[in-house]
Amino acid sequence: MTAMNMVQAINSALDVCMAADPDVVIFGEDVGYFGGVFRATAGLQKKYGKTRAFDTPINETGIIGVAVGMASYGLRPVAEIQFADYIYPAFDQLVSEAARLRYRSAGEFTAPLTVRSPFGGGIFGGQTHSQSPEGIFTHVSGLKTVIPSTPYDAKGLLIAAIEDNDPVLFFEPKRIYNGPFDGHYDRPVQPWAKHPAAEVPEGHYVIPLGRANVVREGEAMTILAYGTMVHVVAGVLAEHGIDGELIDLRTLVPLDIDAIEASVRKTGRCVIVHEATRTGGFGAELSALVQERCFYALEAPIERVTGWDTPYPHSLEWAYFPGPVRVMEALKRVMES
Amino acid sequence: MSDVPESEPAAASGARRSNQPALVLHVPEPRYRPGDHVDFSDLALPAAGEARRPDIAVDPAEIRDLPYSLVRVIDPAGKAVGPWAPRLSAERKIGMLRAMLLTRAYDDRMYRAQRQGKTSFYVKSIGEEAVSIGAAEALDPGDMCFPSYRQQGLLIARGWSLVDMMCQIFSNEGDRLLGRQLPVMYSAKQAGFFTISGNLTTQYPQAVGWAMASAIKGGRRIAAAWCGEGSTAEGDFHAAMTFAHVYRAPVILNVVNNQWAISSFSGIAGGEGTTFAARGIGYGIASLRVDGNDALAVHAATEWAAERARANHGPTLIEHFTYRAEGHSTSDDPAAYRSAEEPPAFPLGDPIVRLKDHLIAAGEWDEARHEALIKETTDEVRAAQREAEKLGTLSGTRFNHPFESIFEGLFEEMPWHLREQQAQMLREVRAAGIEAVKP
Repeated sequence: MTAMNMVQAINSALDVCMAADPDVVIFGEDVGYFGGVFRATAGLQKKYGKTRAFDTPINETGIIGVAVGMASYGLRPVAEIQFADYIYPAFDQLVSEAARLRYRSAGEFTAPLTVRSPFGGGIFGGQTHSQSPEGIFTHVSGLKTVIPSTPYDAKGLLIAAIEDNDPVLFFEPKRIYNGPFDGHYDRPVQPWAKHPAAEVPEGHYVIPLGRANVVREGEAMTILAYGTMVHVVAGVLAEHGIDGELIDLRTLVPLDIDAIEASVRKTGRCVIVHEATRTGGFGAELSALVQERCFYALEAPIERVTGWDTPYPHSLEWAYFPGPVRVMEALKRVMES
Repeated sequence: MSDVPESEPAAASGARRSNQPALVLHVPEPRYRPGDHVDFSDLALPAAGEARRPDIAVDPAEIRDLPYSLVRVIDPAGKAVGPWAPRLSAERKIGMLRAMLLTRAYDDRMYRAQRQGKTSFYVKSIGEEAVSIGAAEALDPGDMCFPSYRQQGLLIARGWSLVDMMCQIFSNEGDRLLGRQLPVMYSAKQAGFFTISGNLTTQYPQAVGWAMASAIKGGRRIAAAWCGEGSTAEGDFHAAMTFAHVYRAPVILNVVNNQWAISSFSGIAGGEGTTFAARGIGYGIASLRVDGNDALAVHAATEWAAERARANHGPTLIEHFTYRAEGHSTSDDPAAYRSAEEPPAFPLGDPIVRLKDHLIAAGEWDEARHEALIKETTDEVRAAQREAEKLGTLSGTRFNHPFESIFEGLFEEMPWHLREQQAQMLREVRAAGIEAVKP
């Protein structure tokens, strides 16, 4: 075991996969020689050569398009989209091609590719380096969507994603690359080294896709979160001494519905927290599922804490970010109902 | 009210440029519309044999004239002339002729089947058969094709089963794609034929990626892609050209310029005053413009590009200059937007007639054998259709595949939400008394 931050854990996952399988290739903007703007692919070109870890032109359509072609050849490409905000030019290749290759060819061609992309705000990235587009992709049939919240999970989930025989979007919450940010932007960030989930095995291990993690058991309410928000919620629960049950979904599609149902049936209250915009967001799907399946166990209306339905602002990003104050307000409302 | 929009500041339209005319937006318009008399006599088409044939290792910068020229082999007398004339045995040329006739007979039957209500949609390739078949004959069987929806000739030239293709057209019990895909969106991995999307030009960067993968693995196989001139305007085309050049991908990128993209003529795709082959110059990609109705020219250009790719000299862009002799699809009526005189007047001729004339001029063929081959291929298609129809045709009331199959094979393993929806669907159709279907 080694203490790793999230970037190191991701790098380690790529390293493990490239060592184990010569068909794994990685590429994207600045991914090769330089090792990625967030350093997630550092050292891999040197170790595995230029034809397995390389830079691409600044063209996301091309990055995903060639990934689909490589996957249909039999490779296992891992493409990086430098910021999730840049993924939209590749939308057609993801939703009309990668997502449907297996289905439309009745299994003749498949797209076992992984798309890694840093997402989320809280880094003063403005409207084009802060977005959380996961809900756009969870709406599409044929794609899996994974979002880790710790170095340990990041490595195990990324290896699972790469080894999966279907296309997986792997969104990396970049605000917590270096430490488990609790939403208090005015306080110094703790490094990962002090967090138990920073202990990462150096070799191969897998966290199966589709399984949530109960971060904290509790009775007062169920909180469904993923990515950075897991740490914001954990901070609120600790700070206010609230006995909430915090579930880190880890995979949005396929979703661990059993974990959600079991928890909401136990607590009778549900708060959903994500950073993405609210309308039509993944929280809406979660809310509908909980209502459909746990209606008679519910003792309060389901609450959503989300980013606002606006572009991500630059200077006012903390007015946008669903931080501890807003999370606490929602917890209070479900407790008082 | 002034005709100067509010967004135009008064000062800008005032004194400074008062002696200039107002700006005019150019919206391209084809030369001929319905009812117009057609005259293509001024269309400057280089003669057969005129275009030079460079070495396969040529630097693309040295052949910047070729995208504005036209590789043609069969001259008006039927002779194969010039440096591009391929050395092909009579047997192979007759094989190409046979595949072209088979494709035309197949198109004819499937078009009629659509009109008879046996399927929902069909796309003919009439007049463009040489584009697919000339290429298929020049590629190795293991080379991977990323076609658009008008390259049925590739499958036929590769000897793929007509019955299998028809089952896809009819979405019947024999359809390996389980009725999921719009007719003509074939998938045949064994024939090196990639699953057709229907979204345009997405296959272009995919072909480049496949070719890159072949190079990464040190393989021997190359890739080829096809799109129409209309869809060269898609961003995917630009992406594919950039990646193909950057990584010197072993890929042949074909543009089938059949002059019309549904109702839009090639000028709407940006073809005015240039050629589609010339797109390649800016990317540094070797580019050829070929008479797409000349099967020998298509074969020669494809062979050149394939040898170039196999020798690690990189990609080639080939524009196949041809003409869409009929509508875009069964859902289209070209009489509404182009002159009926255009198809017969377009100065490229019928690709089947041109190859036939060449074979006759070479003493390798005659009218009687040609008639016999037409009958043979027509009979083959008819027999295949009888076989295919035994497995059903498309119908809105009689279902050829189990209802539950729509949930299968989306993911390698079906997740719970699909299992749940599948069960719900079956409960609901049973409750409604709908007979779904034999397995």
